[in-house]
Amino acid sequence: MIELLIILAKIILIVGPLMGAVAYFTYAERKIIGYMQVRLGPNRVGPKGWGQPIADAVKLMFKEIVVPAQSNRYLFLLAPVLSIAPSLAAWAVVPFGDGLVLADIDASLLYILALTSTGVYGIIVAGWSANSKYSFLGAMRSAAQVVAYEIAMGFALVGVLIAAGSLNLREIVLAQQGGIWHWYFLPLLPLFLVYYISGVAETNRAPFDVAEGESEIVAGFHVEYGGMAFAVFFLAEYANIILVSMLVSLLFFGGWNSPFEGIWGLETLFGWVPGLVWLLVKTSFFMFTFLWLRATFPRYRYDQIMRLGWKVFIPVTIVWLLVVGVAVVGDLPPWWG
Amino acid sequence: MNSVMADLSHAWPEVYILTMACVLLVVDLYLTERFRFVSYLLAQVTLLGAAMLTLGQMGGEGTAFTGAFVHDAMSDILKLFIYLVSAMVFLYARDYLKARNLLKGEFYMLGLFGVLGMMLLASAHSLLMLYLGLELMSLSMYALVAFNRDSPVASEAAMKYFVLGAIASGMLLYGMSLIYGATGSLDVATVAQAVTDEGVKGQVIRFGVVFLLVGLAFKLGAAPFHMWLPDVYQGAPTAVTLYLSAAPKIAAFAMFIRLLVDGLSGLVADWQQMLAVMAVLSLAIGNVVAIAQTNIKRMLAYSTISHAGFLLLGVLAGTPDGYAAAMFYTLTYAIMAAAGFGMITVLSRAGFEAEEIDDFKGLNSRSPWMAGMMALIMFSMAGVPPTVGFFAKLGVLEAVLAVDMVWLALAAVFFSIIGAYYYIRVVKVMYFDEAADESPLEAAVDTRIVVSANALAVLYLGLFPGTLMAICNAALGA
Amino acid sequence: MSFERILFYLFAAILVFAALRVISSRNPVHSALFLVLAFFTSSALWILLEAEFLAITLVLVYVGAVMVLFLFVVMMLDINFAPLREGFTRYLPLGAVVALVIVAEIVLVLLRGFDTLSGGAPAPKPADYSNTRAIGEVLYTDYLLPFEIASVILLVAIIAAIALTLRKRPGTRHQDPGKQVQVRKSDRLRIVEMKAEPRAGRAES
Repeated sequence: MIELLIILAKIILIVGPLMGAVAYFTYAERKIIGYMQVRLGPNRVGPKGWGQPIADAVKLMFKEIVVPAQSNRYLFLLAPVLSIAPSLAAWAVVPFGDGLVLADIDASLLYILALTSTGVYGIIVAGWSANSKYSFLGAMRSAAQVVAYEIAMGFALVGVLIAAGSLNLREIVLAQQGGIWHWYFLPLLPLFLVYYISGVAETNRAPFDVAEGESEIVAGFHVEYGGMAFAVFFLAEYANIILVSMLVSLLFFGGWNSPFEGIWGLETLFGWVPGLVWLLVKTSFFMFTFLWLRATFPRYRYDQIMRLGWKVFIPVTIVWLLVVGVAVVGDLPPWWG
Repeated sequence: MNSVMADLSHAWPEVYILTMACVLLVVDLYLTERFRFVSYLLAQVTLLGAAMLTLGQMGGEGTAFTGAFVHDAMSDILKLFIYLVSAMVFLYARDYLKARNLLKGEFYMLGLFGVLGMMLLASAHSLLMLYLGLELMSLSMYALVAFNRDSPVASEAAMKYFVLGAIASGMLLYGMSLIYGATGSLDVATVAQAVTDEGVKGQVIRFGVVFLLVGLAFKLGAAPFHMWLPDVYQGAPTAVTLYLSAAPKIAAFAMFIRLLVDGLSGLVADWQQMLAVMAVLSLAIGNVVAIAQTNIKRMLAYSTISHAGFLLLGVLAGTPDGYAAAMFYTLTYAIMAAAGFGMITVLSRAGFEAEEIDDFKGLNSRSPWMAGMMALIMFSMAGVPPTVGFFAKLGVLEAVLAVDMVWLALAAVFFSIIGAYYYIRVVKVMYFDEAADESPLEAAVDTRIVVSANALAVLYLGLFPGTLMAICNAALGA
Repeated sequence: MSFERILFYLFAAILVFAALRVISSRNPVHSALFLVLAFFTSSALWILLEAEFLAITLVLVYVGAVMVLFLFVVMMLDINFAPLREGFTRYLPLGAVVALVIVAEIVLVLLRGFDTLSGGAPAPKPADYSNTRAIGEVLYTDYLLPFEIASVILLVAIIAAIALTLRKRPGTRHQDPGKQVQVRKSDRLRIVEMKAEPRAGRAES
């Protein structure tokens, strides 16, 4: 019984800050993109607009959830749950430090891959059940896109696990110890790029946000949703962004390892910084790049997305898998010498 | 690393075919329409090279890949015949496909992958490999049947083939899983051991054998699991029918031997009865229904069913002599079938399918030589001496009589006599009816030569069956 | 009853229910979604059997990829299933009789055979046992050949699917990204020099 309570406490410790991060990530998004576009962003609620996310949340909670008349009622209400459940469940195996993890399972990388791939059901079911053509178009686009990028993403992760020799996230991070030049973004640079871009595509973020496509299909799959149901989709999307950012930091940027490891002087100077801080700094950076991309790039056209996924990313990852495989098996320098 | 090389030393032909099929896949991508014949040549070179490799390792024996793969005299002989028949099929198909704008590299690629599947069946020594080899072969064949996408008949045939084939695979897999559950092993040798030890689990194994036989009979096209066969043979492009009718039968024979003889010979009394029922039904349905056909592809499909019955007769005898006779029958049947369907492609030309029996009217006045060859093939299928069809049937009947199954032999003879009617009708149509179409044949010279050689081989093997018979006997230890 | 056993019966019940709904549901999309549920629960059962690698892979492959494509197609279909069901009641008695006979036969045969097959639960593995590693080790040694052949089968499936569906139709607008990228200013832009037009409505002076 006491074990269960401890586990419950751990879950709250993860989900609570995550929700807070999501709330203020939306604020950051509006602010940062605002500044990039020479606007101020939200600045009315609280000092400098800091109360804005709270106000939004309260507003969404008290709004009515309208179920369209011709829709499939149960699936319509099930869809947001299908969307948020995998994006929260995936956090169970994410390590925040050596041993700081809810469930240290053997195949945690595979687990994350499996769960993130099921997130698309929320979108598909939402799009289909609403019985609206815009929703449906969004769902179709999303399904095709996710399948296309899933493969490249999976292959990119295969490269990581070949390099680390483990499917366990903790061991993958430990395998990158020994300084910034041991982090996998260098030997696995093409895979890192493919993974990061696929991650952007998987979370349906600009420039791959054709599933929403405000300018073409209004709001895509969630056009019929309002109130808390809409907010749940929103939560899932932002939780996924944070997850992808954290995974990039863990898999390719040494996780909680300090970037100054092995550098004389700096190593001891920054020795007091806990690993969790490094991890969060790295994660925040990648979260920032998500916003940066959104403010910078126009939306990809649908067929170009498909082309990029199938004809560019998959061949690139396959070729680089060969390279990594040969390097690991042959103990080739500089990384596996 | 060394153990892998030792394993591969038994499987070089398979490795070579797979490699070459992948090479063909890439090369074909860069060929323009005008140079498409390069794909064809490459496919033939592949088969030739594989034949060399197989010849080179003749005489060697052993199992590889922890018992999943076996290399013995039977596998070598069967593989050589698979190459030979497939090479002929590729040749006959070439002009037929070209005339219909279907000459694509994919035909030969899928053909080669199918050949790989057949080779694996010939060498399979675990239930898993049997299943995978079968799927590889079947998948290639499903795709080939649907190859002419613009033909609704072909699409329908492919659909039927695919759906029924999937059910048959399911049956086979179910049977295999029951046998695995009872014996605890996928390896054919271990299964054989467990079957002879038998004990209480015998009931489960027998139960599995039933499903196994259903799957096998479907793939072979034996009644009562033959429903797909006439439709598929008729609907598929003739070039593909040709492919389906010849080499896969050799693979099906291999499957029967590997599963029933190598693995389950301890249960011979059980599967013998089931095979007997299927054999008689196949002979009856194949020979009787064929009489009513006007489409020659459909007629030959029913003829295939009856030949499957004969093959089963040889296997069910349960003696090495019977297996050897069945092997002889299968090999010669593959050659006859290749020649028969090859002849149909020879008669076809752009915009014209020689599919009806009436299309053979007066062939004698158009090309006496080709008419003679066709007559030879028909006589052989009917089992008229001195063609090889006669000796094949004789061998099987001897084996059946040797185990005192007189009624089976009598039934086989009875239905063969009925069957002779429709083969000879084709001969009659060629020689005694007026030709409706007087245009000369358009087939290329090399096709004509090989078809003739193929038909003459039927006669040659009939006059001198000793060598092939001896090879079959040696392969099966008779 | 132990906690694991309760979980087992729970998941098994959901699995059976979902599987039944797959074939009995009138709406194909519901059927597909119930199939997803069935995959999920069977993966949960596998986890109870300590086969977590297979369980996760089941979710990854079937739920994450195969069923998404399946739904993709099913959602776009507009099939009226009423005509397909027309013969159902007519053939039901015959089908039921045949099915009953077969089931009875199977039961009769197996009653005598299967009772000796119960081997009991396998011994639990130690905590550091990695079944990912265990599967990898047999897959690339004992089962090397079947593994490779399975991949060849998939290759054939790809070739077959592409050969049967890819066709270049004339008249479709097709773009070549390579060409688009290589476009230079001089290809598209022509600077024309011309004299300035005199302003209208004013006499030249």
